[in-house]
Amino acid sequence: MSFKLFELMLWAAGYTVVLSAISIVIGLTIGLCVCAAKLARSRALSIPATVFISFFRGVPLLVQLLLIYNLLPAIGISVPSVVAAVIGLSLCTAAYQAENLRGGFNSVPKGLLEAADMVGLSPWQQLKRIRAPIALRLTLPALVNEAILILKASSLISVVGVIELTRMAQNLSASTYRPLLFYSVAGGLYLVICWTVAGGGALAERLTRTSRA
Amino acid sequence: MSSTAPTRTPHANSPEPHAATAPAVAVKGVGKTFGATEVLKGIDLTVPAGATTCLIGPSGSGKSTLLRCIAFLEEATKGTITIKGDPLGFAEAANGQRTRLSPQNIRSVRSRIGMVFQQFNLWPHMTALGNVCEALVTVRKMKRKEAEERGMAQLSRVGLEHRATHYPSELSGGQQQRVAIARALALDPEILLFDEPTASLDPELTGEVLNVMRDLAGSGMTLLVVTHEIGFAATVGESIAFLDHGRLLLNGTPREVFGEPRHPRLAQFLETYLDRGAATLL
Ligand SMILES: Nc1ncnc2c1ncn2[C@@H]1O[C@H](COP(=O)(O)OP(=O)(O)OP(=O)(O)O)[C@@H](O)[C@H]1O
Ligand SMILES: [Mg+2]
Repeated sequence: MSFKLFELMLWAAGYTVVLSAISIVIGLTIGLCVCAAKLARSRALSIPATVFISFFRGVPLLVQLLLIYNLLPAIGISVPSVVAAVIGLSLCTAAYQAENLRGGFNSVPKGLLEAADMVGLSPWQQLKRIRAPIALRLTLPALVNEAILILKASSLISVVGVIELTRMAQNLSASTYRPLLFYSVAGGLYLVICWTVAGGGALAERLTRTSRA
Repeated sequence: MSSTAPTRTPHANSPEPHAATAPAVAVKGVGKTFGATEVLKGIDLTVPAGATTCLIGPSGSGKSTLLRCIAFLEEATKGTITIKGDPLGFAEAANGQRTRLSPQNIRSVRSRIGMVFQQFNLWPHMTALGNVCEALVTVRKMKRKEAEERGMAQLSRVGLEHRATHYPSELSGGQQQRVAIARALALDPEILLFDEPTASLDPELTGEVLNVMRDLAGSGMTLLVVTHEIGFAATVGESIAFLDHGRLLLNGTPREVFGEPRHPRLAQFLETYLDRGAATLL
């Protein structure tokens, strides 16, 4: 494989990382909102959140991507396929992240909030100082896991024509007749990316853990 | 004491008792039901200021519920509770109608009460000092440095200044409970409530917590302690309240309550402690 072709693979890997990262950040933001809606006492908020979560967790990502890709032009919104892809990935991961976050928030022991109540922290201060930090620590491993899943699932966006790592390997295999080489390189690059994320997650867990023992 | 002075709500029926002479806590006709179960059935209890009151009684008699009503973690369904004469949560009009007080009023009356829980409830992501300083900085808006000085003073009061930078998970149960006491003390409460503070501790760690509480009692703080430590109640308690099936059966000095002749329900309750050697302390 010439350096030129390897460079193309690296560039595609970078694109995969960037698109996944954007989707994870947008997904986490939407996920937080959906989680808040789902935890809300008002049913006008919690029911749509439940519907959102069950749809995006219940329909295969591939189908979601094709739906969004075809739906947007049908309702008169024309966007580049990469935008449709990022929307699809973001919404899908948002549903999972909302559920992870909800699990974290619900696992914060009630007594810790009663203690906060007793020293006069307002509900907002309790959320900011006690609930969210504890819930996020509890959710961190699941969020890292979700990030890795999205990185790998991003290979599906090749179906809407985005040339990310998998699609690049496909294209180069077809033009050089060396599929084994290019798919091996793609696999290796995915591994390196995922190891890095997992390592970053482990580091974050170590930095936020509450004991030095 | 507290920086936020409570606004007095005028009573329609009775003249406001003067804060200096009013009891620390006055519970009048308090009832509490959870669904269909009536847990508290009209409790009248006066907690004298500057003294230690111990609340004892069989499991399920409603001790925790009463304490939580006084902390306003639970809302009484009937009756009134006043803190040094100021109504907590609800004000009662002449016709017995209860009206809910404003959230600001509730917060300011509540800020005069500290609470120590059976499960410590320290925040796991903050150090011992962080736990003690949190409300000083977040609620009382103290400067970090000033709050830490105050926090350290409270930690040394419970003998834990050398554990300031430890996280709760790095402390023994007894140490965690002492940090929790320091956290409550830091806000200078007028009344400190304890709900079975030693019940989840190993016997050898119980002593260190009881010693801290003994010191507090000696310093003239108002303590209201739910406890199964009958020995502590009998020796440190200046006032004993015995709760049974949601009713306050007995209330008086340890001599009055524990002395002969004993109320049959109390005698029956104390039976369960005889084998633990507590009887010798009485
Ligand atoms: N949130 C709740 N919902 C329903 N029932 C409750 C609730 N909290 C307490 N109870 C019931 O109220 C009764 C009194 O409970 P409480 O915890 O006050 O007893 P206690 O005297 O503190 O007992 P223990 O010594 O075991 O701590 C019990 O029968 C309990 O099941
Ligand atoms: Mg109890």
